[in-house]
Amino acid sequence: MQQYSGFGLLKHSLSYHENWQRVWSNPIPKKHYDVVIIGGGGHGLATAYYLAKEHGITNIAVVEKGYLGGGNTARNTTIIRSNYLWDEASHLYEHSLKLWEGLAQELNYNLMFSQRGVLNLGHSLQDMRDIERRVNSNRLNGIDGEVLTTAQVQEMVPILDCSKNARYPVMGASWQARAGTARHDAVAWGFARAAEALGVDLLQQTEVTGIRRKDGAVAGVETNRGFISAGKVGCVAAGNSSVIAKMVGMELPLESHPLQAMVSEPLKPILDTVVMSNHVHGYVSQSDKGDLVIGAGIDGYLGYGQRGSFNVVEDTIAAIIEMFPMFSRVRLNRAWGGIVDTCPDACPIISKTHVKGLYFNCGWGTGGFKATPGSGNIFAHTIAHDQPHPLAKPFSVDRFTSGELIDEHGAAGVAH
Amino acid sequence: MLHIYCPYCEEMREEEEFNPAGQAHIERPLQPEELSDEQWARYLFFRKNPRGLHHEMWVHAHGCRKYFNITRNTVTYQIMETYKMGLQPNITASKEG
Ligand SMILES: Cc1cc2nc3c(=O)[nH]c(=O)nc-3n(C[C@H](O)[C@H](O)[C@H](O)COP(=O)(O)OP(=O)(O)OC[C@H]3O[C@@H](n4cnc5c(N)ncnc54)[C@H](O)[C@@H]3O)c2cc1C
Ligand SMILES: [Zn+2]
Repeated sequence: MQQYSGFGLLKHSLSYHENWQRVWSNPIPKKHYDVVIIGGGGHGLATAYYLAKEHGITNIAVVEKGYLGGGNTARNTTIIRSNYLWDEASHLYEHSLKLWEGLAQELNYNLMFSQRGVLNLGHSLQDMRDIERRVNSNRLNGIDGEVLTTAQVQEMVPILDCSKNARYPVMGASWQARAGTARHDAVAWGFARAAEALGVDLLQQTEVTGIRRKDGAVAGVETNRGFISAGKVGCVAAGNSSVIAKMVGMELPLESHPLQAMVSEPLKPILDTVVMSNHVHGYVSQSDKGDLVIGAGIDGYLGYGQRGSFNVVEDTIAAIIEMFPMFSRVRLNRAWGGIVDTCPDACPIISKTHVKGLYFNCGWGTGGFKATPGSGNIFAHTIAHDQPHPLAKPFSVDRFTSGELIDEHGAAGVAH
Repeated sequence: MLHIYCPYCEEMREEEEFNPAGQAHIERPLQPEELSDEQWARYLFFRKNPRGLHHEMWVHAHGCRKYFNITRNTVTYQIMETYKMGLQPNITASKEG
């Protein structure tokens, strides 16, 4: 793998940047892999990377029906934070945030990870009580968090309407300084490049159409490029997880919904942190390129179409203008949708299944980007040991039968 | 935006008047206390979530406020039919071929 560096950039500029090595190759599928990962999004690629790096399994294929990162990974609003309420979830997301903090160096890839902080606004007394409870619980778990007053919020974000006349006045906020954003497609590319360097085959344009079983154990995957035999199969297909589960006669407690996002025309720097509000239901940040990155809520109906209804976009814009009246004259550039796999308790499923050697990592819904490295890391452990990683254990699909749900609707209230 | 025919109002109306309410034809168990934990979980949480034809409930929230059913394609979003509560769909995955 060619190392990237400032010096390299200078060197390649002398040859007009025409001699850069290809970042990954396009291999022909082998007959057999020790592990096949279904889904070449960030989570799938991270799983392959950590399997190779930490568990010494390198005969791996990542099977992706489209292109790497073309799913939710490069469609999200890139918010990263770990201020969830319950112990299980906050440990999981904090594990991930810690990995983010060294990831660009580790992968030798500029992820543009920026710890610019996240504000979660409160607009009612109940909001503020919930915020205090969540921040206290975060601090008990060793996660940074502060409760800010309206004046402190206003000082931090002068363009936010904190006046008493607002329809939903800002009463304060929670602040996580270590939270932030990253460049989402770079995350997929960085993991892909590092995984391939460790021997992982990245099979794009390869769609899994069936899962072959033998004596109750997984035997491989049927694809549009033929059968690929596999010792173990990890499914990380986000919005399409139910479709794969159906291939082995399994139902999951998931619903796939459209979730939309949009960006504005590029502006001069105006917003240097991430602002989210559960109550008016909007969240916005500004990318390094200058566009405002705005996320909507899910459409309530099932949808596999990677697009949603216009009224949802309209509601989102209304919420953003409510918070930032000065954005009313900004023009939007693009809008798009992803398919998010929402779970009844707003927490993921990281689980073994009734088929031996078949594992699922799904249900991240509207908020799994922040978990990309952590999810891959503990899912790799789960697959390698055929035993859930201690952090993954509470997230088994069995919790829906035992009743041990982890209700994160509060901390995950606005889609992110 | 979807245009939806409410079988009670007998009119096409815009999506914003309606709310989706999940998978249709789920029957509440008559004797919940006799179910195993697995069966109860299945009733509460597990869903078909198909890529393709889906029978789902909607409510005409800003209209007659009645629940009814829709058969809809979850990829194209095309609505194939709407029908009243208690009725069965005319269009099903097997009939569609
Ligand atoms: C608009 C939007 C905004 C969001 N905002 C945030 C945010 O701010 N912060 C945050 O933390 N999260 C956010 N999320 C959620 C986050 O994007 C996802 O939880 C996360 O990216 C999921 O990663 P993944 O790798 O599992 O899924 P994906 O990137 O979707 O990868 C799954 C892959 O599986 C492939 N696949 C599916 N079926 C098959 C098959 N049969 N064969 C082969 N391949 C298959 C797909 O093509 C896809 O590439 C947002 C999501 C959306 C849509
Ligand atoms: Zn009606």
